[in-house]
Amino acid sequence: MDALRLMTRRNVVRGIAATTASFASPYPSRAQSAARVVVIGGGFGGAACARALRRIDAKLQVTLVEPNKVFTACPFSNEVIASLRDIEAQQFTYDKIAADGISVIAQAAVRIDPQARTVGLADGTTLSYDRLVLSPGIDLRYEALPGYDEASALKMPHAWKAGEQTVLLRRQLEAMDDGGVVVLAVPASPSRCPPAPYERASLIAHYLKAKKPRSKILILDAKDTIPQQRLFENAWKELYPGMIERISLSQGGRVVSVEPATNTLVTDFGNYEAQVANVIPPQKAGTIAGIAGTVDNTGWCPIDPVTFASKLAPNIHVIGDACIGGGIPKSASAANAEAKACAAAVASLIAGKSPAAPKLDGTCYNTVAPGYAFSLSGTYQPHDDIFAEVEGTGFTSPVDAPRDIRLKEAEIAQAWFHTITAETFG
Amino acid sequence: MASALINVPKKAKRGDIIEIKTLMSHIMETGYRRTATGELVPRDIITSFSCRYNGVEVFRADLFPAIAANPFITFFTVATESGKFDFEWIGDQGFTETASAAISVE
Repeated sequence: MDALRLMTRRNVVRGIAATTASFASPYPSRAQSAARVVVIGGGFGGAACARALRRIDAKLQVTLVEPNKVFTACPFSNEVIASLRDIEAQQFTYDKIAADGISVIAQAAVRIDPQARTVGLADGTTLSYDRLVLSPGIDLRYEALPGYDEASALKMPHAWKAGEQTVLLRRQLEAMDDGGVVVLAVPASPSRCPPAPYERASLIAHYLKAKKPRSKILILDAKDTIPQQRLFENAWKELYPGMIERISLSQGGRVVSVEPATNTLVTDFGNYEAQVANVIPPQKAGTIAGIAGTVDNTGWCPIDPVTFASKLAPNIHVIGDACIGGGIPKSASAANAEAKACAAAVASLIAGKSPAAPKLDGTCYNTVAPGYAFSLSGTYQPHDDIFAEVEGTGFTSPVDAPRDIRLKEAEIAQAWFHTITAETFG
Repeated sequence: MASALINVPKKAKRGDIIEIKTLMSHIMETGYRRTATGELVPRDIITSFSCRYNGVEVFRADLFPAIAANPFITFFTVATESGKFDFEWIGDQGFTETASAAISVE
């Protein structure tokens, strides 16, 4: 019954034209015996994991559950905000993933029963699994920032999930008068892509410098130190002198509430009225991870670092931004590396073998202007039950590198995006 | 390098419970850490904080090495009359900082 449902869904995704082929199941007789893996979330973690599972063992029945038919990538979306890139360049479909023999179901998962090993979808159907992989990304903790909610996010966009919000922030910047103040509220750790708010501030400054040079950017920060701090600060001094001001946590920068009616951000020590307010609220693991019972009181999912198995629910693995990755920053690059390692572990467990400890590489590029980027990378391995950076593998771009190195890194960043999206969605 | 941030309501009604927030930039070096060469880093912490309302102490705190850098202290008091709040931070190595804020009570 499940196999039939899966086929039906899959054809819905691939188009009605497939009707006549609907009995040509890729696993007609194996459906009863082949192990079933359901992956929830079609981002850089989930989509890559589904593909890796099929690559490792073509007999696996792999289902990818993702409500959006088009994926919008976060990396490089700051360039969309700064009018350097169109949102379409961030968007990818699941056609090629479906063509790999993965059942792609364009539905939201709304229920998970870890005991019965079933996933309930928004349309009422139920999927059974032997193992479940959750890659739900983040959700926003609106309740952690008084005054902020879904409605006020339309006035003070977060743009922390790429898509409509990204375009909204861009439009607000385009509509702003010269001389306006753009305020970014940055949350405390852990959060998605820790250096991204500063890349965003840089690229907004690039846009304003050309189009609205009397404007200013104010960063209200719930953190004291930031990733690649000296590189960012030097770049701001060099490229955007006097345009970007940052108020750190110990300078009273933590935003404690917002007032959407007046576009005001409130800290413990002052009120800041913005022409454009980009409010990045505190975050947590995607909602479905909580429904699955995999979230602890941090709001994130504790995992076994070798298998990515949830420490709280059986037969469920959690990857990407939602999991507690120890030293690994929450990034597309990390989610992608975790996805492949998790796929290998899941395939091993299904085959009755013991999974090997993974070694993950993560790289994070920060583009502060066209042709000017720097990066941060590391290798991570399980250590004392959590991922830790392998000593001596951490790399950060030199603080005083010449501009041709920054240019080279900007080119490498572009190539990285092309590679990771081609590998995941192409 | 120390600097104080304070937030006292500018206005209040007599009898209102008001919240006062303070943040002092300070390293709060515990005195338990050692340098790479094994020498003890001398303790350098704020040891006391106090707040006077028109000369009368309304809040006092003793601070210890376990308190994190940049102590953020917030407390409540009752607005009784217009006047001034005086804040004082005292610490190791001769550290002393003051700040003040006015309130108008109707």
